[in-house]
Amino acid sequence: MSNITPLKTEAEQAMIAQGASIAADRKPAFARFADSGLPHRRIEAYHYTDLRALLKNAPPPAQAGGKVTIASPLADIDAYKITLVDGHYEASLSSTLPQGVKLQSVSTLADDGADEKGVLSPDPVIALNAAFSESALDIEIAAKTELTKPIVIRIVTTGAHASYPRVRVNVGDAAKAFIVETHEGGVSGSLIDSVFELRLGDHVEIDHLRLNLVDQSATVLTTFGGAMGRESVYRGHNFVMGGALSRHQIFFRFEGEQSKADISSASLLNRKQHADSTLVVDHAVPECQSREFFAHVLDDESTGVFQGKIIVRPGAQQTDGKMMSRAIVLEDGATMNNKPELEIFADDVACGHGATVGALDEDSLFYLRARGLPKTEAEALMLRAFVGEALEKFEHDGLRDTLESLAEAWLKARSA
Amino acid sequence: MLEIRNLHVAIEEGTKKLLNGLNLTIRDGEVAAIMGPNGSGKSTLSYVIAGKEDYKVLDGEILLDGKNLLEMEPDERAAAGVFLAFQYPLEIPGVATMTFLKAALNAQRKGRGEDELTTPDFMRRVKAGAEKLGIPQDMLKRGLNVGFSGGEKKRTEILQMALLKPSIGILDETDSGLDIDALKIVSEGVNALRSAKRSFLVITHYQRLLNYIVPDTVHIMLKGKIVRTGGKELALELEANGYSDYVTNAAA
Repeated sequence: MSNITPLKTEAEQAMIAQGASIAADRKPAFARFADSGLPHRRIEAYHYTDLRALLKNAPPPAQAGGKVTIASPLADIDAYKITLVDGHYEASLSSTLPQGVKLQSVSTLADDGADEKGVLSPDPVIALNAAFSESALDIEIAAKTELTKPIVIRIVTTGAHASYPRVRVNVGDAAKAFIVETHEGGVSGSLIDSVFELRLGDHVEIDHLRLNLVDQSATVLTTFGGAMGRESVYRGHNFVMGGALSRHQIFFRFEGEQSKADISSASLLNRKQHADSTLVVDHAVPECQSREFFAHVLDDESTGVFQGKIIVRPGAQQTDGKMMSRAIVLEDGATMNNKPELEIFADDVACGHGATVGALDEDSLFYLRARGLPKTEAEALMLRAFVGEALEKFEHDGLRDTLESLAEAWLKARSA
Repeated sequence: MLEIRNLHVAIEEGTKKLLNGLNLTIRDGEVAAIMGPNGSGKSTLSYVIAGKEDYKVLDGEILLDGKNLLEMEPDERAAAGVFLAFQYPLEIPGVATMTFLKAALNAQRKGRGEDELTTPDFMRRVKAGAEKLGIPQDMLKRGLNVGFSGGEKKRTEILQMALLKPSIGILDETDSGLDIDALKIVSEGVNALRSAKRSFLVITHYQRLLNYIVPDTVHIMLKGKIVRTGGKELALELEANGYSDYVTNAAA
């Protein structure tokens, strides 16, 4: 621990103190975190989300046994349910899983992103999770399993503490599944640092929805790492409304040829929310296609961040990657930071990116108002269309209705 | 009745006046045509009546049935009975025409203190209106005006007007970009809406439209005001002689 210097912030010192008696198998991850501390603005990947400055204190780690008092936003959806409370698996709030799906609650999944063969990348937030996560879920979906109902994984936070949810899902060849992650609950003083890994075999077809609905006062850092085999399809959707401070990192890697990934995201932010979406799509093999579409609606004094990078490795010929970020800024006090990047090391590829930031079109608003729509209603109609673009690829009708009504409630609250 | 008195308008104070002491009265049931060269302020007038925020009204008033439009938001003006058929209807991607029509109709009813329409009632009205204007049902499912031809956009404007039943319909160069067949359909649509209670302000460059929508009065506009008023024959006179007489007179 000789590398701990007085330069650490109060929050960092508290986190390091919490790790004093950490189990041996998590010591390497903890050492990596203790070494780097919280990432700050001089670390490029955290330039717009300076955690060292933004995290003022480190709440104590959560104990098992927290009581869930909120209803699931997806209570009406016919699904297999798995619940994690403050990072701990809660069997009483989970349903029996179907044939072909196995769940194991384990004490640790040691990958902290340092292992190059893993689906994660070296990152202090992942190292922190790997160090402190005391309970992890390992889910196995056997080859050729075709699930007819979604698996909904509720990740619920019950108090002003730190929780480190950790889930890994392995999907065997030729399986089909719809996996939903909901992040819920939390209060001012909650710190959530969750890591979700998805390892996909060949010929799979996977839909993955992630909902950030945590309380608007909580801090929520989430990482998704995905790796996919050949001739597979992954459709990922993100929906962000929660958190005073949130960062969602996506690391997605193509490991087999002729696969397709479609990743879309909609963030609806208001008040002083800060939401960061950071994406790295790694085309490590040839002939894969990726589409990334990120939409932000920023009201009041909120801040949105989109950092998107498409990497095309040497030899990943015939890569087809297109990334788009669109943001609507509704008030002068709101800010959007866009950083799209392409890193291309192959010469026969079709890659592109685009980013737009702007207000709602004044002329279009006037047109709608001239037809009798009050200003907020005209804005709502245009915003619904804007967000709709990110939701339109969504194939589950019931879940799409839920997302639409969440967006609707957000718009209604705005005009109230 | 629409009464415009001594209307002075500029983009902002101190800049060139786009409307410069304009007076115009349109009685209930009257179809008034305004003709004038480019830059005479015709479209500005239509936007100012409808409430576009890009303009500053320096003086004057606009009354619709005695109510002061200048104190109202654009949506309140619509609820009060103003309808502007745009020269260039905006394309709004992602908002289905049908969704928009329903929102507009209900917002306006709400503004007037009326109940929302039931869905079957709404569908019946749209279907009947669309049929008359030769608008296929499919088009109504597409994004508002997105990918519509010029003629389709103008027909959709008239459909909106037919559904919203304004007390004054302002047609801003509705004939621009229309071929003769589309012009006839649009004109028939407008003529079908003529009534003793509803008046129209038809803004156009060309006399051609006025063969199909026959006006009661014709006003010639130049440099932000009405310089001459007459009957429908005034349009024919203009067609023969052009605006040059007025331009020269005004310059003199």
